[in-house]
Amino acid sequence: MKARVHVMLKDGVLDPQGEAVRHALGTLGFSGVETVRQGKVIDLELSATDRAAAEAEVKAMCEKLLANTVIEKYTIEIA
Amino acid sequence: MKAAVITFPGSNCDRDLARGFELAGADVVRVWHKDTDLPAGIDIVGVPGGFSYGDYLRCGAIAAQSPIGRAVRDFAGRGGHVIGICNGFQILTEMGLLPGALMRNASLKYICKPVTLRVATADSIYTSGYAKGDEVVFPIAHHDGNYTIDAEGLARLEGEDRVAFRYADNPNGSMADIAGVLSENRRVLGMMPHPERAVEQAQGGTDGVALFRALAGMMAGA
Repeated sequence: MKARVHVMLKDGVLDPQGEAVRHALGTLGFSGVETVRQGKVIDLELSATDRAAAEAEVKAMCEKLLANTVIEKYTIEIA
Repeated sequence: MKAAVITFPGSNCDRDLARGFELAGADVVRVWHKDTDLPAGIDIVGVPGGFSYGDYLRCGAIAAQSPIGRAVRDFAGRGGHVIGICNGFQILTEMGLLPGALMRNASLKYICKPVTLRVATADSIYTSGYAKGDEVVFPIAHHDGNYTIDAEGLARLEGEDRVAFRYADNPNGSMADIAGVLSENRRVLGMMPHPERAVEQAQGGTDGVALFRALAGMMAGA
């Protein structure tokens, strides 16, 4: 079973890297970019076969390590 | 005073921190990241600067979950003293021993230079050698030192007098110019600037000496 975790900064937390990317896009002539938020995608291959169990396990991984929930939020896709 | 200094793969201020403790008269035990326990009879743990585990995932995230990381968390949980400097500060926030998080510098640049700090409280074992408002110069050397915390957390830090140091001229975008914070019991300090790189004239200044001396003095008197 495969899982994909998206980790993003929480709304309201300033993202200096996203802001720099937005600036660079403006310099390249892409004038319509209002905001850029940069995050991470983490792909996992799991031995679990039960979807609910896999999701619960990945959620625990996010809480303990994959995301810093002080500043980041995450979403989990199981495939 | 007996101090333990942790070395992770990628730590690069561990010797400097050990030297800072030793100059204040401490016995220093060096501890490797794979150790699962701290040596017996330790008064304080130093978590040094550097790039533990290559800063993979997030600065300090992997170190916080390492075998010795768990031992350090337990030690602090029992009321032990822990100082984390630079990457050590990042590790202590990742462990949840200190509130907030260290984000990429607002300028997105790695900054390595001496900076002026103001002592924001003298009410801790770490800052009792200074007076509130004293200016000290410590070097900074970091890419991710932009201290961030939610409004509620910030109000709590300020209300409980837990900001230890503030930047006189904010180099990295940190909220409320915060350079270092204390835990609720005031026994855990995390700070981005390096007092251990300001303990001998050859380093360009000795403003950090008072921090290590105060520690050693209070520990000896305890």
